[in-house]
Amino acid sequence: MARLTIAEALRQAIREEMKRDESVYCIGEDIGIPGGWGGAFTVTLGLEKEFPDRIINTPISEAGFFGVALGSSLVGLRPIVDVQYGDFLFCAMDQIANQIAKLRYMSGGKIKTPIVIRAPVGVTGRGAQHSQMMEPFFQCLPGIKIVCPATAYDAKGLLKSAVRNENPVMIFEHKLLYGAKGARSEPGSIDASSEIPDEEYLIPIGKGTVRRQGTDITIVATLLMMHRACEAAEIVEKEGISVEVIDPRSLVPFDWEIVKQSIAKTGRLIIVEESPRRGGIGAEIAATVAEEMLDFLVAPVKRIAAPDTPAPFSPVMEKFYVPDTVRIVQAIKEMMSISS
Amino acid sequence: MKCGYSKEQLLEFYRKMVLIREFEERVKFLFLEGIMPGTIHQYQGEEACAVGVCSALQRGDIITSTHRPHGHCIAMGMDIKSMMAELFGKQTGCCKGKGGSMHMGDIEKGVVPAIAIVGGGIPVATGIAFGFKMKKQPRVAVCFMGDGATNEGTFHESLNMASIWNLPVVYAVENNFYGASTHVSLVMKVEKISERACAYKIPGITVDGNDVIKVYETACEAVERARKGEGPTLIELLTYRITGHSRRDPALYQPPEEKKKALENEPIKKFSEFLISMDITQEELEKIRETVKEEIEDAVKYAMNSPDPLPQDTLNDLFV
Ligand SMILES: Cc1ncc(C[n+]2csc(CCOP(=O)(O)OP(=O)(O)O)c2C)c(N)n1
Ligand SMILES: [Mg+2]
Repeated sequence: MARLTIAEALRQAIREEMKRDESVYCIGEDIGIPGGWGGAFTVTLGLEKEFPDRIINTPISEAGFFGVALGSSLVGLRPIVDVQYGDFLFCAMDQIANQIAKLRYMSGGKIKTPIVIRAPVGVTGRGAQHSQMMEPFFQCLPGIKIVCPATAYDAKGLLKSAVRNENPVMIFEHKLLYGAKGARSEPGSIDASSEIPDEEYLIPIGKGTVRRQGTDITIVATLLMMHRACEAAEIVEKEGISVEVIDPRSLVPFDWEIVKQSIAKTGRLIIVEESPRRGGIGAEIAATVAEEMLDFLVAPVKRIAAPDTPAPFSPVMEKFYVPDTVRIVQAIKEMMSISS
Repeated sequence: MKCGYSKEQLLEFYRKMVLIREFEERVKFLFLEGIMPGTIHQYQGEEACAVGVCSALQRGDIITSTHRPHGHCIAMGMDIKSMMAELFGKQTGCCKGKGGSMHMGDIEKGVVPAIAIVGGGIPVATGIAFGFKMKKQPRVAVCFMGDGATNEGTFHESLNMASIWNLPVVYAVENNFYGASTHVSLVMKVEKISERACAYKIPGITVDGNDVIKVYETACEAVERARKGEGPTLIELLTYRITGHSRRDPALYQPPEEKKKALENEPIKKFSEFLISMDITQEELEKIRETVKEEIEDAVKYAMNSPDPLPQDTLNDLFV
């Protein structure tokens, strides 16, 4: 057992998978430059020493190297593509949305495209072009699986599963949860480190987990919002409100079972997300719950989300933008007061 | 003066370069002290590029900038008070606190809010030039970018369009030899980035980007060509970033020997030596630096005393 941060756990997962399977390689900007940072958040730090031929530093050419990853996957390689900030996925959007997501389907199931895409997200003091939560843009794109690890334990297990999966998998990592150290450390970080067992383990894609058990309200949240939801749950517990926090961990496929079971128990649902409300993760969950579980609900579903604007830079506005524990606590209390 | 420039003009080049340097040094300190929020990409060592190029422009010309915009903004004559306030995320900032370091700009001064997606500004500058041409206005667009940006598809698509439509645009490539931590030699095989222009039949020139006069003269020619309707030019400016890439980057990937040489060749030192050889005194230069420092202190005070935006201001400014 060793206590690792998310950045370290991801690094360990990559190292183990590269050792296990020679067809696994990493590709991206600044991922293995001696004296550099191992990608923007230290995940691949030092791996170029162990795998000099399989840590590929690219030009700043996102459309290009996403396509290179795809092409290489067609002939037996298993790329892990690193994008420094999730926002730059837009630069590679044709390759991701028209090619990576569709090639297998268009081939009538004849080909496989085992690609892992790693992308940092999170609204973290950098303004509109380095802060976007990218999940909603890909949630609606058939052909790509999506995972969102909120702890180091999950990060390792999910990344390993992603590498072994025969399909494209995107892994969204949160800048405030990495626990990156030194010059790349991030102000406002939250400790998401875990005890990592010595023996190998995998976490299946598509399986959520109950972070906190409760009986009054179900909260569904991923990444940073999951941590904030747990904080809020702890606060209201002192006032006698029992909150169940579900971390779906994967968005595609989504673990409906775990959410439904929880709602069957609580009859109340809050979804917390860091992205704008319109068309977000919460919209999808709420719509499905409305279709399939309306009879169980004793209160309207509530979404806590960012406003429908880009992320502002100013710390004062950013604080308003990102849902915080106070807002979650308020929503919990409101929901209880109208429905108990 | 025997170099063909008036003393005023030379000292104005000097003042602007020192203003950028001192601004950046002050910002670095504020940032490292934890007083300033956000992240920053700084311009120390590249001052001659911005000052040389922007001094060749007229009112009405427009530039696009990058994730490293402070130098471009100052060289275009933006108010450093509103820049400093923006860095603090204040209501009085040039983008009312919405933009921050990476999106600094003021369209009144000809600076499009900086575009922090590498290569993202290249088609935009090209489009501005396209607009000038469609409207038959004798105006010029300048697109600042780094060496790294010339590996983006947008660079190649834009240069081709500027070429076929003969657009009034100047592509100013600040080659500081690194894209983040990656040395140019790892990501391109051409020896000069200016060689890339010939693929689009655009003139491509490489000059010493640490020599403000050289930069200015080269930019003047390119801008004049553009204004006369003779089409785009690519100027490669050879320079060096004598600070980290961003935030607290110690730049350990830059070899010590290389850094040392770069410091000897940095543009302000170089230009000071030239000015002294033109019989301008050390005292005159010192005086300029002192005045600039006072101006910056005023800007810091202004920024720190400015009101924060209201939290709900987040919701403004999305649509017209
Ligand atoms: C599309 C995109 N990819 C990657 C980045 C991350 N990034 C920011 S600056 C930078 C290096 C840019 O190098 P260069 O164009 O040479 O400009 P310099 O920083 O040297 O001024 C990188 C990779 C980005 N902002 N946008
Ligand atoms: Mg560069």
